Amino acid sequence: MNELLVKEKEIVIPGEEIAKGMEFLPSVGTFREGESIYSKNLGIVEVRNHVLKVIPLRGKYMPKRGDTVIGVVTNIGFSGWTIDIGAPYDANLPVGEAVRDRVELLRSDLSRYFDIGDVIVSNVLNVTKSKIIQLSMRSQGLRKLNGGRILKISPSKVPRLIGKSGSMVIMIKNYTNCDINVGQNGYVWINGPLEGQFLAEKAINLIEEEAHLSGLTDKVKEMLEKEGVKNE
Amino acid sequence: MSERPDGRKFDEMRDIEAKVGVIKEADGSAMFRIGKTIAIAGVYGPRKVYPRHLEDPEKAVLKCYYDMYSFSVPERKRPGPDRRSIELSMVIKNALLPSIFLKEYPKSQIDVFVSIIQADAGTRCAAISAASMALADAGIAMKDVVSSVAVGHVNNDVVIDLNKEEEDIEGTSDIPMAYMPRMKKITLLQLDGKMPKEKLKEAIELGIKSCEKVYEIQKKALKEKYTK
Repeated sequence: MNELLVKEKEIVIPGEEIAKGMEFLPSVGTFREGESIYSKNLGIVEVRNHVLKVIPLRGKYMPKRGDTVIGVVTNIGFSGWTIDIGAPYDANLPVGEAVRDRVELLRSDLSRYFDIGDVIVSNVLNVTKSKIIQLSMRSQGLRKLNGGRILKISPSKVPRLIGKSGSMVIMIKNYTNCDINVGQNGYVWINGPLEGQFLAEKAINLIEEEAHLSGLTDKVKEMLEKEGVKNE
Repeated sequence: MSERPDGRKFDEMRDIEAKVGVIKEADGSAMFRIGKTIAIAGVYGPRKVYPRHLEDPEKAVLKCYYDMYSFSVPERKRPGPDRRSIELSMVIKNALLPSIFLKEYPKSQIDVFVSIIQADAGTRCAAISAASMALADAGIAMKDVVSSVAVGHVNNDVVIDLNKEEEDIEGTSDIPMAYMPRMKKITLLQLDGKMPKEKLKEAIELGIKSCEKVYEIQKKALKEKYTK
């Protein structure tokens, strides 16, 4: 009775039956109805022992506690900032979580620290049930990013862009002489020489388009080598 | 047994073409063509709710916009929303609602825009099929894909997928249907005209059978985007 109906790494559509029987457990992107487990998203099946997962191929960023995200300041309030992190909801960054020195709220102008349009790296401190998002910049490496620009990719493709222990990003950085910062929310900040930026953008777009295929690293490397020669 | 105007069999649909990812800037998009009817759907969201008072703290708000372009029919249609398109927007919304996990996206809104660029009857069905594919493409959590097709009663015969010529025959009734093949649930059933009770049962059965065929085409199109 317990039977897996699709293969690992196969693409499934919403509502497609993945497995029959109570021995399997539904995880992210799947749900149980009766005896069977179905997919919730258009995505790729992942099987870990008896736990079934579907990794969506596209979709908006849904904030999770602990994620490191890149955001853009959209508003300055009395005691903090409103940040756009690509989610359907605004995120809040209170002064106390962002600035180390003591700030007299009544007297100081918060735009001295971050102004509208500034790009920051921050951590998701908490997401309440009613989707109020708290950010924090109290850990190491969380800072304002000066200059550069932002590319937006689908958050489900972030793991591919980073690669195994950062191999993919490091490779792009080396070939393009660019500074690259990837947020879990799919916002990618790049800064560096113009030609490098264009090349990095091209590589990131390639990853975004072909994230579901195998042999991606070689393909990106080939592209970077071919295009990189022209710049040197 | 009489023939149909375009020589099709009674249970034969027009040729169907489905494609996913036709609008680059949208979060999800799809094109669905059945015969000469072409629908293009774009999905945006989940995103912030406007106006704010419509926000629901428990689940997402689904908004649908159906628009028929002025050049989609032989006689120019006055552009913009009219009584008919506002009603069809509501009909499409209600047909899609049961297929979406709205509770996964509280305090947000999902926008579905469907444009009919060429109309030859059955536009609401093409719109629903396209919209459901676009929703799946946008990565929205769904229980099932909605497939849709119209059944009709022409000259005392139950036929599938009427075109404009058949629809205009005197005494024709038309039944647009939407169906979720996995859950075996009908999400849209309208009847325009009169027909005997037994024929209606026969028509619904034929409609369900054809929706399953549409489903296979949708499934293929969704997977084709990622497997060249």
